[in-house]
Amino acid sequence: MYSYIFRRLAVAVPTILILIVLSFMLMFAAPGGPFNSDRPLSPTVMANIEARYGLDQPYWKQMWDYTVNVVTRFDFGPSFQYRDRTVNDVISQGFPVTLTYGFWSFVVAVIFGLALGIMAAIRHNSWLDYLAVGISIGAQVLPNFVMAPILVLVFTLWLGWLPGGGWNGGQWEYVILPVVALSTSYMASIARIMRSSMLEVMNAGFIRTARAKGLPMYRIIMRHALKPALLPVLSYLGPAFVSMITGSVIIDVYFSTGGIGQFFVNSAFSRDYSVIMGITILVGVLTILFNLVVDVLYAWIDPKIRY
Amino acid sequence: MFPEKAVADGLVDAAHLAEVQGRSLWKDARIRFFRNKAAVVALVCLIAICIFAFFGSALAQYERDAIDFTLSGPNAYKGAPSFETGHYFGTDADGRDLYARTVQGTRISLLVGIVGALIAVIVGTLYGAVSGYFGGRTDGLMMRTVDILMSVPYMFVLILMLVIFGKSILMLFVGIGLISWLDMARIARGQTLTIKNKEFVEAAIAIGVRPMRIILRHIVPNLAGIVVVYSTLLIPGMIITESFISFLGLGVQEPNTSLGALISRGASQMQYGVIWQLAFPLFFFIITLFAFFFVGDGLRDALDPKDR
Repeated sequence: MYSYIFRRLAVAVPTILILIVLSFMLMFAAPGGPFNSDRPLSPTVMANIEARYGLDQPYWKQMWDYTVNVVTRFDFGPSFQYRDRTVNDVISQGFPVTLTYGFWSFVVAVIFGLALGIMAAIRHNSWLDYLAVGISIGAQVLPNFVMAPILVLVFTLWLGWLPGGGWNGGQWEYVILPVVALSTSYMASIARIMRSSMLEVMNAGFIRTARAKGLPMYRIIMRHALKPALLPVLSYLGPAFVSMITGSVIIDVYFSTGGIGQFFVNSAFSRDYSVIMGITILVGVLTILFNLVVDVLYAWIDPKIRY
Repeated sequence: MFPEKAVADGLVDAAHLAEVQGRSLWKDARIRFFRNKAAVVALVCLIAICIFAFFGSALAQYERDAIDFTLSGPNAYKGAPSFETGHYFGTDADGRDLYARTVQGTRISLLVGIVGALIAVIVGTLYGAVSGYFGGRTDGLMMRTVDILMSVPYMFVLILMLVIFGKSILMLFVGIGLISWLDMARIARGQTLTIKNKEFVEAAIAIGVRPMRIILRHIVPNLAGIVVVYSTLLIPGMIITESFISFLGLGVQEPNTSLGALISRGASQMQYGVIWQLAFPLFFFIITLFAFFFVGDGLRDALDPKDR
């Protein structure tokens, strides 16, 4: 087990390094520097600014310094746009917000998705099953940037129940719509995967044996069916986590929650490379770590996996 | 003499019959596909949407970038959809004809989806087939590369690229093409692994056909079924990706537009009671995705060997 984790880490570390180097190279391929503006600065001022941000160094030196700073001190350097803030300030301001509703979305998606999938599989071909299938088909065509306006239209403009944006320190009214908008499609996907894998497991021989022993239904499900049926869901959680982080960009922008997605898009418009790079690398590291956790969990649950 | 003739006739008849009843793999699939009502309805919808997207501008009464200043601004009733004014779908906040813009938006979204899927088909299939066919260390290296590329948060990298190289449709195509082939490569590789041990490949090796020719002539054609299925399921994903980026305002730029950009504009105006600005693009977006999903599902049921 430990050697498996070690081997996975041995792949993860170079991946992160490649991500850092790649985004740095992309930045250098950019035409024009971050301080080129409509009003050309005088050469002296330009030289001073470049010296201040270390842009007068040779490329390899900049890349080396950046990589070392990121890896050893999690220091993503100063923001090019907000003169008084570093990228770390931006991240530490926005990340808790994203993490809060991201966490709740994940919990909601997993719990409701699993519940819906299990119910649909147990009551196969009942109205509940059809409802679950209907929801999962519907949610495929309603990605979060479609869900968000529809939710605001219904719950804010027509019903007036919930605020259509803002964060307000994470008060619950402000959290609901982002969480629903972000979690719906993942909930539907989890429900669909859970339903089909549960149906498969419930037809397996060991479940028939358990039934023949006279075990009560809930015990069969909890003790015997759930664990093997969870495996396909588990392998979906990795990709789901990635697209949830991606989706949070939409949520941040649409609901003005002030998470990192909003900073990311703002920096994209103002060409604030250091912030974009910092957030991209942070998200990449999180993704890789999360995939690692999922894989280890998978190996732990499934005895058939050889690691 | 006579009975023998009858037998011979019978044989000819039987041969004729067998010829009529003999069905190719693709004909079999076609019959299965057309038995699936949802898939057929979706296919009809898809054809209708394509006609709308590529020929719909013939019906438009206005140019898509012609601004009617009397209808611009938050216009709760002035720019409402009506047949009398010729703005079938109303106007947008700038006073432009929403019908013409929806036609163009649908066209661009479809194009992005199809081009993305095409790149995925060409690059992904070849990559996967080569990787699967050669196996061993080549396979390991090529698939690890795919694994690494897959664990990169591609939406962020795509936005980074759009920011750096300029926001244009071309860049969007390149960016989406760069990521779309990864899944296809994996699927093609998996399928190649089973095909490469078949007798016909062995025969080709035995008579000394070169590896690249085996891949192109013998392996790739046998991947066609799964590639067709998967690429129809890939197109809606590409459309969603493009719309996502255009929704943020980082994708297709004015005066061009796409469904994502239109939805974004509509969503920002909806509090002024101009719900049509959101409703029409949203309708076409949802119908397009639905159609692709159901056609893809139907194709999978028709072509996937697992379900037979």
